[in-house]
Amino acid sequence: MENYRLNHLRELESESIYVIREVAAQFERPVMLFSGGKDSIVMVHLARKAFAPAKLPFPLLHIDTGHNFQETLDYRDDLVKKIGAQLIVGSVQESIDQGRAVEEKGYNASRNVLQTVTLLDTIEKHKFDVAMGGARRDEEKARAKERFFSHRDEFGQWDPKNQRPELWNIFNGRKNMGEHFRVFPISNWTEMDVWQYILLEQIEMPSIYYTHQREVFCRDGNWLAVAPFMKLKDSEKVELKTVRCRTIGDITCTGLTLSTANSLEEIIDEIAATRVTERGSRWDDKRSDAAMEDRKKEGYF
Amino acid sequence: MESFSHNGYLDMELLRFTTAGSVDDGKSTLIGRLLYDSKSIFEDQLEAVKKASIQKGNDYINLALLTDGLRSEREQGITIDVAYRYFATPKRKFIIADTPGHVQYTRNMVTGASTANAALILIDARNGVTEQTHRHTYIASLLQIPHIIVCINKMDLVDYDQKTYEEIRDKFAQFAQTIDVKDFLFVPISALKGDNVVDASANMPWYDNGTLMEILETLHIENDYNFTDARYPVQYVIRPLTDEHHDYRGYAGRVAGGVFNKGDEVIVLPSGIKSKISSIDTFNGEIDKTFPPMSVSLSLTDDIDICRGDMIAKPDNMPEVSQDIEATICWMNQKPLNTSRKYVLMHTSNEVKCMVKEIICKVNVNTLEEIIDDKEVGLNTIAKVKIRTTKPLIFDAYKRNRVTGSFILIDEATNETIGVGMIS
Repeated sequence: MENYRLNHLRELESESIYVIREVAAQFERPVMLFSGGKDSIVMVHLARKAFAPAKLPFPLLHIDTGHNFQETLDYRDDLVKKIGAQLIVGSVQESIDQGRAVEEKGYNASRNVLQTVTLLDTIEKHKFDVAMGGARRDEEKARAKERFFSHRDEFGQWDPKNQRPELWNIFNGRKNMGEHFRVFPISNWTEMDVWQYILLEQIEMPSIYYTHQREVFCRDGNWLAVAPFMKLKDSEKVELKTVRCRTIGDITCTGLTLSTANSLEEIIDEIAATRVTERGSRWDDKRSDAAMEDRKKEGYF
Repeated sequence: MESFSHNGYLDMELLRFTTAGSVDDGKSTLIGRLLYDSKSIFEDQLEAVKKASIQKGNDYINLALLTDGLRSEREQGITIDVAYRYFATPKRKFIIADTPGHVQYTRNMVTGASTANAALILIDARNGVTEQTHRHTYIASLLQIPHIIVCINKMDLVDYDQKTYEEIRDKFAQFAQTIDVKDFLFVPISALKGDNVVDASANMPWYDNGTLMEILETLHIENDYNFTDARYPVQYVIRPLTDEHHDYRGYAGRVAGGVFNKGDEVIVLPSGIKSKISSIDTFNGEIDKTFPPMSVSLSLTDDIDICRGDMIAKPDNMPEVSQDIEATICWMNQKPLNTSRKYVLMHTSNEVKCMVKEIICKVNVNTLEEIIDDKEVGLNTIAKVKIRTTKPLIFDAYKRNRVTGSFILIDEATNETIGVGMIS
């Protein structure tokens, strides 16, 4: 008998394509969240595969905190042009200016939490009934229980104790007026799967994922990038280091990794050898053990 | 670590397994052990668990804390929902569907079992085969999980006694004959101490059939899909409507069974119109053949009207088409089944309305006895029923094909998934 076998990356790919197509078939106004990070880059790549040779049947949505790495924004604009996608930008700065969100104060101030307000406002403004996101279940404990199709009430909130059962590959996207869904097509991927797939498919990545020189400072064991809106304590010194991003959030909460990895192969070797989870360098999760669960209930990604 | 290198990806397979057992059986400890010994737990995760263990006054690192993710679970020390865990060895990537094992969580066990290639069934060596073992095995067989691995745990508490292990093994094998379980294996372990989980146990020299990890790594899963009956539920129609692809019309879907080759004669159901596959398209270009679980796009030589919910098969091997089905259902909602109400039934890419015409019997999941005098189907009930749909379903028996033989029931008023079924 012939060998009818898919390797794990092709099986994950096929599952994700199936989920993305299911969204396009079941919903009227889908949108795909795009942060410029590796997970959403892979998700957009999968979406292109799902509908080829047609263009994406939905727009991309970027929630812009105003604190992005310039490299991320450049990459975003190039990608959108290359694949002919429609891009919508939701601005956290606008939410703050309108008094919809209140800027945090102090040294650890971040706009990460404020994104939720902008996201929900943008969803409502454009009447999107589903938003696809690049979250993975292996990232964090609360995400381990997230469904592919995650139902949100009219306030955009997630009720972890009252989730719809999800069996086989049958996805129930039915909802009442005013409710919407979050869908996570790459739920079953790990960080390693994502990088191996990027290598397999030769997907172009933003330059900040590769090694580069950057002005940084050390806070509680994490290297953070120097930027005009970052307040340094007296004890914190600016240093020039050879770093790369392992994960990309906005600048205020993205810890940089000291690294000389200059190719996808080197990045994969580095990840195989690391002993800290990628979210270990994310400030937003360190606030409390249930930080992610709390933010998700409010309507975070 | 070199084994995870960039060249390794071509040879890795994906194995999905489910774990059934309660807190008392050491299920969370076993998963923690698999993650820990396979070095899938990172320093910061271990650090968090250490901190939490000390806070709770535990004497050793409580590996169970790694898996209990929701705040209320950590507070109550129980696992409420299905949680998915990931780890990889140089040979395979694994997805664990971790489900709670108490009787009131039958629905979670069914959920975890629905996508699994293998089930781990935990037995406490001190208690032997219990009602709970029967329940877990029955659900695994009901959901047609191809492989069952019986982990006889807590061997350290019975002095690693060979006779105890053999008695449990024989008793389970005897029980397995009474239900539909084909492939089962046994392994004596101590999740707490690590015997035979990843490393072979020095305490049980009488056992030499491989550690649990070795079994998971070598289980033969290539034939878990049905490669015989060609089935292709149409999921979405791709029509680019651009100058470059003006006339392109592709039927997007995921192969649910069998093999489709370019040039094959096919039949479209329910219309019954025949055509030929003119191309099998992917983003990376045309391919010659496709099989489960690939997501592709098919083009046909004839311009016929095909939409989501249709099924492409082969004229010499057709699925059943009927408005009347018999099925075993598991009820997932507090609100009991109402035989005078219409429900929405989702099956492959199809959505129809239906009524449950008759409750043939309920099944006692502990004794596996059929109950015919009580017809109340409530949360966690498993029952055999007859269903009538408003439009024909295109299906196979669940035993032949897990994709074309499964469905879910939805309450139209709340849109909740309230029941799931496997077609007989």
